[in-house]
Amino acid sequence: MRGALAAIFAMALAGCAALAPPPKSKPGTVHIAENPYPSTYHPYGGVPTLIRNATVLDGEGGRIDNGSVLLVDGKVQAVGGADLTAPEGATVIDAQGHYVTPGIIDIHSHLGDYPSPGVQSLSDGNEATSPARPEVWAEHSVWPQDPGFSRAMANGGITSLQILPGSANLFGGRSVVLKNVPSRTVQGMKFPGAPYGLKMACGENPKRVYGSKNQMPQTRMGNIAYVRQTWIKAKEYDRKWTKYEKSGGEIPAEDLAMDTLRGVLHGKILVHNHCYRADEEAIMIDVAKEFGYKISAFHHAVESYKIADLLRENGICSAMWADWYGFKMESYDAINENIAYVQKAGACAIVHSDDPNGIQRLNQEAAKAMASGKRVGIDISEATAWTWLSGNPAKALGISDQTGSLKAGKMADVVLWNGNPFSAYTRPDKVWIDGALLYDSANPKLRPVSDFELGQPGEGDVK
Amino acid sequence: MRALLATILLAGASPLAAQTVAITNGTVVVGDGSEPVQGGTVVVRNGRVVAAGRGVSVPGGAEVIDATGKWVTPGIVAGFSRLGLAEVDLGADGSDDTDSGNGPFNAAIDVTPAINPKASTIAVSRADGVTRAVVAPVAGKNIFAGQGAVIDTGDDMDAVLRARAFQFVELGEGGAGIAGGSRATAFVLFRNALREARDLRGRIDGARQDDVLLTRFDAAALVPVVQGKQLLLVHVERAKDILNVLDLREEFPGLKVALVGATEGWTVAHRIAASGVWVIASALNDLPASFEMLAATQSNIGRMRDAGVKVAIGMIDDNDTRYQRNQRQYAGNLVALSKVPGATGVSWSEAFAMISSRPAEAVGIGGEIGSLEAGRRGDVVIWSGDPLELNSAPEAVWIDGVRQPLDNHQTKLRDRYRSLDREALPEAYRK
Repeated sequence: MRGALAAIFAMALAGCAALAPPPKSKPGTVHIAENPYPSTYHPYGGVPTLIRNATVLDGEGGRIDNGSVLLVDGKVQAVGGADLTAPEGATVIDAQGHYVTPGIIDIHSHLGDYPSPGVQSLSDGNEATSPARPEVWAEHSVWPQDPGFSRAMANGGITSLQILPGSANLFGGRSVVLKNVPSRTVQGMKFPGAPYGLKMACGENPKRVYGSKNQMPQTRMGNIAYVRQTWIKAKEYDRKWTKYEKSGGEIPAEDLAMDTLRGVLHGKILVHNHCYRADEEAIMIDVAKEFGYKISAFHHAVESYKIADLLRENGICSAMWADWYGFKMESYDAINENIAYVQKAGACAIVHSDDPNGIQRLNQEAAKAMASGKRVGIDISEATAWTWLSGNPAKALGISDQTGSLKAGKMADVVLWNGNPFSAYTRPDKVWIDGALLYDSANPKLRPVSDFELGQPGEGDVK
Repeated sequence: MRALLATILLAGASPLAAQTVAITNGTVVVGDGSEPVQGGTVVVRNGRVVAAGRGVSVPGGAEVIDATGKWVTPGIVAGFSRLGLAEVDLGADGSDDTDSGNGPFNAAIDVTPAINPKASTIAVSRADGVTRAVVAPVAGKNIFAGQGAVIDTGDDMDAVLRARAFQFVELGEGGAGIAGGSRATAFVLFRNALREARDLRGRIDGARQDDVLLTRFDAAALVPVVQGKQLLLVHVERAKDILNVLDLREEFPGLKVALVGATEGWTVAHRIAASGVWVIASALNDLPASFEMLAATQSNIGRMRDAGVKVAIGMIDDNDTRYQRNQRQYAGNLVALSKVPGATGVSWSEAFAMISSRPAEAVGIGGEIGSLEAGRRGDVVIWSGDPLELNSAPEAVWIDGVRQPLDNHQTKLRDRYRSLDREALPEAYRK
């Protein structure tokens, strides 16, 4: 938008150019700003740190017993065995009996846009005024002072997370990927370079929200018709702008909603589709093919086990709970083996929370899912299960080149657990984000307290 | 559940009835807060526990089950729930009986007829070792929600062990909202209701004054509360609300009260301890989810207990119709706190008691359920391992000495979709 305005001003200033012949086949020079609210996040820095004698799960399916991880200059510098040595002056942590993992990435959170306290004044997650609101951006709702961020880090080992708009709308708006770092502004939390996401929703919520107002959609067929109609508009918008960009001419009107959808059609914005039922997932896969976009992940995909083969063939991830069920009709067929079945089929599995409490124990949710699989003969290793918590969500968010696994050169987003993180008796001991130690269970000074909590009962308490 | 009469025919299974069972060589957890015992034996006969521990002899004729490598415990008791009241929580018209907000009654409501022993939530809970639950109605248009029950999760039609075990009232933020917007109104309503009950009790002819707010049914239902013959469960979270409730007992000396919720309980733990009332608390609340929970911390339960408060775990407004199976994870997480500097956890044995005997004691039924002490009902679970661990699961469940089926909607879906390979007929033919 700003880009467009700037270009218009530039043309006005160059008014004498009207005397020159009109540029006919010159490409359009106006571009829609793709990043008007850029990240201002800078890593907080840390000391070179070698964690030794740990069980290392690398987030890509690898495991090293008695392993070492070396963090230098905010990056994972090396991962190896007992022979890995510390540079001079490095902090050395003996992690005997403990696990080191990549920080957990929650692909589905509403922290900040549905924060604590859950009062109406702070509830900014659903722009439920039209079934299609791709023009809203979740980052404009995120309240950085939500105390939930600190719980997610200290209790849950969450180092990155995607904040999504809610599911009242078929098109809920843009999501934002954050580093789980306390900040005065949302820009100070934004994951540098992470692509945007588009939240879409199937099923009960949109038809309930609008059907109850006697508006479209009132049915599932209404949902799909509305979605298709909206994509048809987006295609037209895309044609106009693409033509302009190639050949110039009159600058097309800019439309915030359509900009987002155009970003999806060009593969720059990733689709995160709230979709519980298998039959609806299958329909959404065809909708995506009809309009030429790709679905990155189905969220709340409690029935993915019924079509895990289809999901594998289409390269779509499923973001799932371990055992939520029955709270609404579209979750009635949830089973505890869902995640294990998706994994077994060779499709991409992710454990997600959608919950300010659940986000504090995603490792435990993975543990339950792993155990449920094992009981029906699907042997999933701890190392594989950790891909559900970091490697796979990083892929589905388009940030796997930067984080999500313990590989040399990646961001040092790391959790040292005080035991086996697949146990109910284990909690994070230390959490690093870009190599900065931001939580240390032994150091009360390394316990973030949001502005909201200052002066309140329980300020700075162990949570 | 009337164990001795219960005979349930299942497809392909023989009739189930209470038998004499001896479970040997397991790690036995009595559930009363004592340490687990290795190599123990549990004997159940006529639907009751005969003995549990080491050196227990196996009676002749008993079915002997070797539980080497397994854990044997009493069934989990859900400390506060809406189990059996709703099949689906949202958008499934007619399947949710938690809230009677559109009806004329409040305190008189008795959840008993609303509990569906065949609810899938009950079967799912049973499969995860939850054998009993404290079930409360949801407050509708009045701070008094009505009378709750203690149920079992057995696969039969007799779920209610004790009907009208307690009256449930909202006196915190929720109560204030129902009462018209302020806690002050909620307390006036509360006092008035108890006054009406007291007045009614004094009248043999049942006549009442003109100035009454409650229906006759509702007032009559509160008579046992005023008399202290029926437990009053009070939901409060904020520290000051907790103290307000404790103070009510001076005004109404007969009241027998237990607190539900008590997220800020740790800040006034000594006062609660001195009062002697039970607390059924949420285990892991650590967010200032509302302005009555600003002091929330997972250490709440540990700190209250260290101060001498009698504490059980419940699920208060936390997916309370269906996720009782998560209580054992929550209890395990309280154990985990013991390793976190500055936090206050609970011991393993106490954590387990908080989901077995403690909730039973809190609602006055500890002599019947919640532990493997001799004479208790034969609710026994054999677990694959430590029941507070995430990878453990029940391998066998008895309720009132009757071996229970563990299959349900979810396990059948699990089996149907184990393979996605195309077969001669569609999936609908796989049963």
